[in-house]
Amino acid sequence: MLENRKLVLAHFWLAFAVFGLALCLGAWQMFVRSPLYTWISNPEWYYRSLTAHGTVMGYVFPTLVAMGFGYAITESALQQRLVGLRWAWAGFWLIVVGAIMAMVPVALGRASVLYTFYPPLIGNVFYYIGVVLVVVGSWIWVALMSINLRVWRRAHPDQPVPLVMFANVAGSYLWAWTAVGAALELLLQIIPVALGLRTTIDAGLARVFFSWTLHAIVYFWLMPAYIAYYTIVPRAIGGRLYSDTMGRISFILFLVVAMPIGIHHTFADPQVGAGFKFIHSAFTALVALPTLLTVFTICASVEIAGRLRGGRGLFGWLAALPWQNPIMLAVAFSFVMLGFGGAGGLINMSYQLDTSIHNTQWITGHFHLIFGGAIVIMYFAIAYDLWPHLTGRDLPDLRLVRAQLWLWFVGMIVTTFPWHWVGILGMPRRMAYYDYSSPAIAPEAFSVSVSAIGAFILLISGLLFLFILARAHAQPATEAGAYRFSLPVHPVRDVPLALNSHAIWVALMIGLTVTNYAYPILTLAARSDTSVPAVYVGAQ
Amino acid sequence: MSTRELFSFRNPYFAVGVGVAAGLFVLTALAGFILLPYAQPELKFAGLWDAICSAAGLPRRSIAVEAPKPAHRLSEAVLTPTTLARPSQEAIGRGATLAQRCAICHGPTGISRADSPNLAGQYASVIYKELLDFRSGARTNAVMSPFAANLTDQEITDLAAYYAYLPRLPAFHPVQQLPKPRVVIYGAPVRGIAPCGSCHGSLDNKAGSPWLEGQSEAYLKAQLQAFAAGQRTNDISQQMRNVARAMTPREIDGAAAYYASQPPEVVKATD
Repeated sequence: MLENRKLVLAHFWLAFAVFGLALCLGAWQMFVRSPLYTWISNPEWYYRSLTAHGTVMGYVFPTLVAMGFGYAITESALQQRLVGLRWAWAGFWLIVVGAIMAMVPVALGRASVLYTFYPPLIGNVFYYIGVVLVVVGSWIWVALMSINLRVWRRAHPDQPVPLVMFANVAGSYLWAWTAVGAALELLLQIIPVALGLRTTIDAGLARVFFSWTLHAIVYFWLMPAYIAYYTIVPRAIGGRLYSDTMGRISFILFLVVAMPIGIHHTFADPQVGAGFKFIHSAFTALVALPTLLTVFTICASVEIAGRLRGGRGLFGWLAALPWQNPIMLAVAFSFVMLGFGGAGGLINMSYQLDTSIHNTQWITGHFHLIFGGAIVIMYFAIAYDLWPHLTGRDLPDLRLVRAQLWLWFVGMIVTTFPWHWVGILGMPRRMAYYDYSSPAIAPEAFSVSVSAIGAFILLISGLLFLFILARAHAQPATEAGAYRFSLPVHPVRDVPLALNSHAIWVALMIGLTVTNYAYPILTLAARSDTSVPAVYVGAQ
Repeated sequence: MSTRELFSFRNPYFAVGVGVAAGLFVLTALAGFILLPYAQPELKFAGLWDAICSAAGLPRRSIAVEAPKPAHRLSEAVLTPTTLARPSQEAIGRGATLAQRCAICHGPTGISRADSPNLAGQYASVIYKELLDFRSGARTNAVMSPFAANLTDQEITDLAAYYAYLPRLPAFHPVQQLPKPRVVIYGAPVRGIAPCGSCHGSLDNKAGSPWLEGQSEAYLKAQLQAFAAGQRTNDISQQMRNVARAMTPREIDGAAAYYASQPPEVVKATD
């Protein structure tokens, strides 16, 4: 029962439009810092572009996808009209205003601080206020997801919450709590300095606050992709979900262990004690658990589809899978990239191994492979799957869709594999210019060039994606039917309250945040000798 | 099941969830705060509590040794983007009167004929910082130091306001504009040299860094050499000393000649 299609379409179109723009910037950045170009002679342009690329790809794009998908899930899974439609539009417009407010100073070169803020670098205050508005807009969505679930529960006491809505609300709670870290950093530390009320800032404390957000935000980005694995893929390829309970446990595990692990981003920072770094490192290892559960469950579900289609033997079911189906293709590509990216992640989270790749291009390669690869390709799949239901029209040509997914997969591998490699060779990240004539960097020149070519393959794929979505609006009208999610092998009749509600797990998430973060934050906040003078961007 | 029953240890999900989380925390804390500190033989602890405090990141006072005093005075100037912003007409007027005594070297219009820096239209923060440094002894010069020695804070602020107010006249010794040398455009990242313009105005301004266009070639070269040799030490955090030390003599000549040949109107305007 998708009633508010306009709302969902508005979120998706805005998300994909800004994604297209940020993708152009990304390809340009890869090109100008590669040996294929003589360089723009101005590092400020590079950082300006990088700030815009990161802010859009990190905050605006995935948040809008999660929100749009969340509204679609609420209406189709709960079979009820969205409660709080006006608030939902208010949240959307807050994001529009926030994104524009943030991007104007960035475009003017007044906020080239990168999306991770990097105090003591301080940009124009409107950049930060814009980001805060984007977050506030998304918090409206969080509240609406919770309220809609509550309304449904009241009308359907003792019924199990559909897995897709359970996961969607878990994702929204995770986002609500993880955004608090960056919000505290912005409101208590950065914005007062950007307004000129203070001229010094505790950069170490700011980095700890940001690490609170920085890791769990990745799991917030990932939630729509995982929801698609569990609730779209088995249905789309003609199979059944292997286990509904496994899905619930995976999302619960994400909710609990995604938060208390962010300090692994500050392994090289002196302001955090080694003991806490170890605790966070150990807890980071736990996030592999829900991912492994998911990979197992989804592979089993896909195998069910293969066998239902007549596949026999140990591997025969693989050949019987509907490889012409874009969703099948997307999930296969996504898993391959998730596998490589996850293996790389094990190196990042290990306190000792991290030292060899910390602050190198390996890290940028890693998060592009995981987010841009494994996750974003599932965003494409979600859009393709939902589009006929949102527009009332079929996708123009499945061959184009498959070509787009192939290009994205190949482009991402060509971009990120050499990117990892130059990181192992020691090429530092966050630099606008590399002097490839220097013997220290010269061996990396070839790999960087290959990586830049990959960026253009990604650009072509991204533009093709936008073209397909736009063309779909001009297709003849068709009746797509009700939007449904996959059914589990065994019908879900009775779910224990603990797996049907979020209370225990939200409490555990907050509890673990307190145990793992309170001491480092409070000791830094209590000290008076840790602030440094702010460095204002473009100030004279 | 009510909320009370949900949050009860009789509920196996709650018991297992809390138990595993708490157990893991205790286990990793024991490893991180006790086992690992002692596993590093190079770390010496007075006792268990000392090891825990160290792993928790509690800063410890080192044994009371006086920090070594630098052989030279450091700059004490504090600059923010609002230092000296929007000067009054009176301040500019007072600065003009005070500037009479500077004219002998820096020229009556702030344009030097004596290989001293041109000051007309220089950023106020630069005049302010250099005068403070000359006064405190962080920067020394046989001619300039005595002039600055007796200036008051007010006089320094007024002089900064006046010189920043003067129009940037074309350089006194204009030569044919030279092409940008490599070190000016790109710096040399591998040697830790940023492009000159990333602080000195053509790309970005960093508070306290002067614009250099049209300055005397001899002056620019002498300053780069003084930074490289460690004779001039009033750069904040040794930024210019680190850059100049890594430059080759040829790069120093090229950068000085390039900036001397540029007209000041190419300097990025600031508000």
